[in-house]
Amino acid sequence: MRPTSFLRLAAALALAALAPLAAHAAVDAGVRAPDFTLRGADGRNVRLEELRGQVVLVNFWATWCGPCREEMPRLNALYDKYRKSGVVLLGVNIDDDPATALATARKLGVSFPVLLDTDKRVSRLYDLATMPSTVVIDRDGKVRLLHRGYRDGTESEYEQTIRGLLKE
Amino acid sequence: MAATKRSGPAAVVAGVTLAAGAAHAVDLPEDRAELMYHLYDGGGTRASGPAVLVRKRMLDRVSVSGSYYVDAVSNASIDVVTTASPYKETRNEFDLGADYVVRDTLIHVSGSRSKEPDYVADTAGVDLTQDVFGGMTTVAIGFSKGNDKVGQKGTPGWIDTAHHWQYRLGLTQILTPRWLATANLEAVSDDGYLGSPYRVARVFGATVPERDPRTRESKALKLGFVGDITPEGGDKRSSVRAEYRYFWDSWNIKASTLELGYSRYLAPGWLADGFVRYYKQTHALFYSDDAQAETLYVTRNKQLSSFHDISVGGKVTYTLKSVPGKYDVHLTGAYQLLSFHYKDYTDIRTGSPYSFNAHVLQGVVSATF
Amino acid sequence: MAPTSPAARRFARLAAAALAASVLAGCGSWRPKPIEPWVKPYERERLADPIMKPGRDELSARQVDHVYAVREGARGATGVQGGGCGCN
Repeated sequence: MRPTSFLRLAAALALAALAPLAAHAAVDAGVRAPDFTLRGADGRNVRLEELRGQVVLVNFWATWCGPCREEMPRLNALYDKYRKSGVVLLGVNIDDDPATALATARKLGVSFPVLLDTDKRVSRLYDLATMPSTVVIDRDGKVRLLHRGYRDGTESEYEQTIRGLLKE
Repeated sequence: MAATKRSGPAAVVAGVTLAAGAAHAVDLPEDRAELMYHLYDGGGTRASGPAVLVRKRMLDRVSVSGSYYVDAVSNASIDVVTTASPYKETRNEFDLGADYVVRDTLIHVSGSRSKEPDYVADTAGVDLTQDVFGGMTTVAIGFSKGNDKVGQKGTPGWIDTAHHWQYRLGLTQILTPRWLATANLEAVSDDGYLGSPYRVARVFGATVPERDPRTRESKALKLGFVGDITPEGGDKRSSVRAEYRYFWDSWNIKASTLELGYSRYLAPGWLADGFVRYYKQTHALFYSDDAQAETLYVTRNKQLSSFHDISVGGKVTYTLKSVPGKYDVHLTGAYQLLSFHYKDYTDIRTGSPYSFNAHVLQGVVSATF
Repeated sequence: MAPTSPAARRFARLAAAALAASVLAGCGSWRPKPIEPWVKPYERERLADPIMKPGRDELSARQVDHVYAVREGARGATGVQGGGCGCN
């Protein structure tokens, strides 16, 4: 190969390698929350964009995830406390079997809407890095908090963020 | 009088139970209580007893556990009956452990004491488990130190001591949404009295007290795969596993272990496991059925001879009661058949190579809450 | 292509490499693209099932381990299993 064609090839390969890096966009605080539509337990669709104007907390959970199950009752308590203030809590479940998900939610005494993301479409959209993951979205549809995982006491962090957003 | 005793290292391994299968990914273990009745019967030895385990989360990120294991041994094994008379004794083992989670790391500290009338083994250890690479890989390292006090019936006080150092390295790698690969490496160093004051060796046909080296270094490497083989759309999950372990030490023993297992959910609330295991080892350098030369070290401990054993077993678990988010109660029954075949250990009662079968039985009631 | 001596060819290769390196350097902080975890936490449902944890019954595993340890010369590497759940 001629030296110049080799150089041209090397330059082209280098630029091609750089391209994927630019395309990566993470869902994190400050970014607009990607819109989605999911079916709920009652069969009706819920669309995130339609909840603009309210503070929304989206919790991604699964029945097979220990910390997720622990977190459920705490989220429920949070929901009962702030639902009148205009906070919407959505529990997005990612189980392969929706029946198990709904049965478990019922047994855990969950009163907030459970949405089914069986094909993992929304999980991929939000590029979930951990289970559970909780996203708190403000009235303008922007992500204000992305919390990965759950430990005892994490719910107070959610509460603090919600209170701050309700004042806005 | 007691003739056959577990050699020192075995007592230590009994005391140090790695958190086998407890930590899946990095999360604090669930609250749990287990009550077991166990039985081993084979080769003239019968060991049975209860065992209990309790594990509870305390405060925010700590889980403490405690267990008590009783081994009532009635020993009329070949070593015992051919060189002494059958005996009965009880071994008690206490274990305490604590788990603490910091971000992606699990810290586990443990201590145990195994007590027999003539042998006390204390062990303390620490294990660190870390999730890396988005939870795809889990790395574990651990260290344990054991101190043993060796006694001899009829002699007051302790006759000697033994020390053990164990270094562990473990890796679990998620391969696909259905398959896991595991690798474990463990190095053990022993120093001190590693034999048994009651065991005899044979030199030129005559019995002499055995002479074991006072040091031993060993390494073991295990590779395994676990996979979910449920057919697409199948409603009862099933899995298979395969493990191979290679062992080698400074006593020239080389051992291979191969284990294959299958697990499957049967009707709702019923889980069944089955396995086959093959173990083969070559004898220690100083082992001899009947030594034809005077050597510095000599032993006729069949645990160090050339032999193989095959094992087949099954376990069934039944969920007695399940209240999600609250508690679960399970009943488990397990049975295992072991068959030992020695190549260079003679049954002096018959003149042919020794072999025997053993049965292992377990009944467990367990609850997670 | 004009006939070249081995030395000239070596020089050409070096020059090409140097030029390629400067192109890359000129493009700013270039790093090799990291490998992303290919099994996402939300795809780990099967791995979280108890049948994927052979040592799930602790006391049972302990007794069996003891039976082997007493009768076999090999010891160690009976292992801790991790991985599976994308939780925390």
